[in-house]
Amino acid sequence: MATAALAEMIEPRMGDTVADAPASWRPRLSPRARLRWDEVEKRYMLVFPEAALMLNETAPEILKLCNGEHTVDGIIDALVQRFTGIERKVIEEDVTSFLARIRARGLLEG
Amino acid sequence: MGAPRPYTLVAELTYKCPLKCLYCSNPVSFSQMRDELSTEQWVRTFSEAADLGVVQLHLSGGEPVVRKDLPELIRHARSRDLYTNLITGGTLLNEEMLRQFRDCGLDHIQLSIQDTDRRTAELVAGIRSYDKKLKIAPLIKKLGFSLTINVVMHRMNIDHVPALIAQAAELGAQRLELANTQYHAWAEKNRSALMPTRAQLDQAEALVLEARPRYQGTMEIAYVKADYYSEYPKPCMGGWARSYMVITPTGEVLPCHAAHVIPGLHFDSVRDQSLTTIWAESKGLNAFRGESWMQEPCRSCPMKAIDFGGCRCQAFMLAGDAAAADPVCSLSPHHDIIQEAIAQAEQGDGRFIYRDSRNSERLSIRPLEPASR
Repeated sequence: MATAALAEMIEPRMGDTVADAPASWRPRLSPRARLRWDEVEKRYMLVFPEAALMLNETAPEILKLCNGEHTVDGIIDALVQRFTGIERKVIEEDVTSFLARIRARGLLEG
Repeated sequence: MGAPRPYTLVAELTYKCPLKCLYCSNPVSFSQMRDELSTEQWVRTFSEAADLGVVQLHLSGGEPVVRKDLPELIRHARSRDLYTNLITGGTLLNEEMLRQFRDCGLDHIQLSIQDTDRRTAELVAGIRSYDKKLKIAPLIKKLGFSLTINVVMHRMNIDHVPALIAQAAELGAQRLELANTQYHAWAEKNRSALMPTRAQLDQAEALVLEARPRYQGTMEIAYVKADYYSEYPKPCMGGWARSYMVITPTGEVLPCHAAHVIPGLHFDSVRDQSLTTIWAESKGLNAFRGESWMQEPCRSCPMKAIDFGGCRCQAFMLAGDAAAADPVCSLSPHHDIIQEAIAQAEQGDGRFIYRDSRNSERLSIRPLEPASR
């Protein structure tokens, strides 16, 4: 039977860290999560069992690099190159806090 | 005012089910509703749901696996980018079917488990099913599906929380839902056999909180509280017809599984109108949208934006008025009904009836009436 399963909408939040992850960690998005374009709001959304995460502009770029080939530092480097004009420190915070949140939900492997 | 965006569709594909669970959320009169939607009607409905903004699709029942067109429905849902979840009892599944579902793009499987104790599990389900469920779980994992295990909690299994958590982890679930029974439909008929005591609930909640950090990042443990024991009501369905819809096997579009019980509400069917029209204009769906229907104590309550006055079906069943505050709320003038039920739970009562066609037919003869005390 179904329980009250609601579409839970969460925005990425600052403050969490991936401090306990080793530097060699190469995150891979879990196959149970799906990155998809949302035609209604015209932005990307991460969908997984019982919930969905509406994404800001950088999050889909982070997720596309979560394929098990890049370390967290590697992902930050790639984003620094792409989003010129944004300070590395800001991007670093954005990437680590976002990865920490979806990792805590069991959506990252590797 | 336009209708809000729906995010979740529960498609109850059929009321047929080999299990007879005491807490089933299907209507007590399910035996009177046999005329199921066709494949084409579901396909069109899924497309319209996707256009409306629905993201999550739950294929439910009854036992959805009895629908022969399930692979086709899954394939179509995925072609419209719906995150497609199969809610199953698991007893009719086999490896070949699972492979077929996977090839059609099924995203996720939610398997119900009744208990870790075989005797109680089969007492609650009404048939031999324990071994089949434990055999199918590893096959689900073998084929690469991510797995949620759902356990409906009640007085007979709530003392088994540590064993349920350990078993779900062993079976490879990424999510475990321990969901206390909501007393609607068959569960309402069986409330005195199912309702746990406060001491049982306090212990279960403490054990869940204690276990969560150990499984963080590997298995999410969701716990749905027993609302009878809460001070304030649950935000039922996140608000009436706000983000969630249930479509019955015969095509009626409801805000939840139970809304049938409220007399005088008219719900439309996707047989007669498009889902787009129904979602915006259905009298039943609009009946309790927003706040204008609220009475005191809800109307002036600061909590109304959080809990929406609780559950409309429960307000009708217990207080006799679907627009009243949910009697679960400690501010409800009818809260004594809940306190009486809690006092009764301390005594316990072993009598129950199974969810099956015979009982459904027997209970459908009498009109449904609000519980009077």
